[in-house]
Amino acid sequence: MSSLTNEQLERYSRHIILQQVGGKGQEKILGSKVLVIGTGGLGAPAAMYLAAAGVGTIGLVDFDVVDLSNLQRQIIHQTADVGKPKVDSGRETIEAMNPDVDVHTYHEMVTSANIRDIIRDQDYDFIIDGTDNFPAKFLINDACVFEKKPFVHAGILRFSGQLMTYVPGKGPCYRCVFKTMPPKDAVPTCRQAGVLGVMGGVIGTLQATEALKYILGVGELLTGYLLTYDALTMKFRKVKIPRDPHCAICGEHPTITELIDYEQPACDLRKA
Amino acid sequence: MSRKQADAAIDITDVVCPITFVKVKVALEELEDGQTLAVHLNDGEPIQNVPRSLKDEGHKVLSVDKNEDGTFSLLVEKGGLA
Repeated sequence: MSSLTNEQLERYSRHIILQQVGGKGQEKILGSKVLVIGTGGLGAPAAMYLAAAGVGTIGLVDFDVVDLSNLQRQIIHQTADVGKPKVDSGRETIEAMNPDVDVHTYHEMVTSANIRDIIRDQDYDFIIDGTDNFPAKFLINDACVFEKKPFVHAGILRFSGQLMTYVPGKGPCYRCVFKTMPPKDAVPTCRQAGVLGVMGGVIGTLQATEALKYILGVGELLTGYLLTYDALTMKFRKVKIPRDPHCAICGEHPTITELIDYEQPACDLRKA
Repeated sequence: MSRKQADAAIDITDVVCPITFVKVKVALEELEDGQTLAVHLNDGEPIQNVPRSLKDEGHKVLSVDKNEDGTFSLLVEKGGLA
């Protein structure tokens, strides 16, 4: 018999009705484990939709506490949460939304010393990069390549956003495209440049979509493509990106064999 | 029409759309292609929608019978549409 309870049949009925999901697909979602790194502009909506969808295990990683300036876009946190660790506030929102979800929190910054252990902690199936800084983005990419875990990268700034999905052995990694850290101060962070609050909602929700498609094994993922979105012109572009056979980490002769902690000015190390 | 014994049965007279179809769909997922499911359902929305939804997903509705109490009995054969 199906393991779904009557309450779950009702809660997830709009999923189960879908031909590509069904009861079996919903069981896959309930049995899946997704790690969300950063509970900010991207991670907040991603984690909320994954929780609503019934992803059975969700990990939240964030070292920061909720700041009043976060609330314009980080919808998992409420006004009363200001000053509270973001992972705690995120956990409360998810638990209030869906008791089917088991939330694991990691109140720390991802570094070369802890990221592989965090990924292994629950043997997560899929990772969401919801961070806003390049050291973390390269670290997540490299850790996922080493751990052979799929992840979806994303970034948002001002009125634009982008995302791409890495699946081990199936397409390019983040480093195939972006090689290495941009020079310091070459690229502004959200903090310096601003971001329209909804950008995290659009792009973070697309990240959650990629996670669900991966879990269900349906449709086509953004592997080998970078999807960019410009809110001012309302243009989506899907740019084909090849795998780099000379990639320093996923290429044929990798030169990066251990994780790197790149430096970034401390004031930039804030979650989007 | 000869009627073979159904491989499984489900009563969806106690639920409303879309849980009616959801329950039948999940019950069919437990069967092999070609096996049959007997469905007990209400008149109105359920009898209008459930057989149609089942056909859309590639299942075969073998028979529809109206019962004396106004409910319906449906016999469905699981189809192989992915």
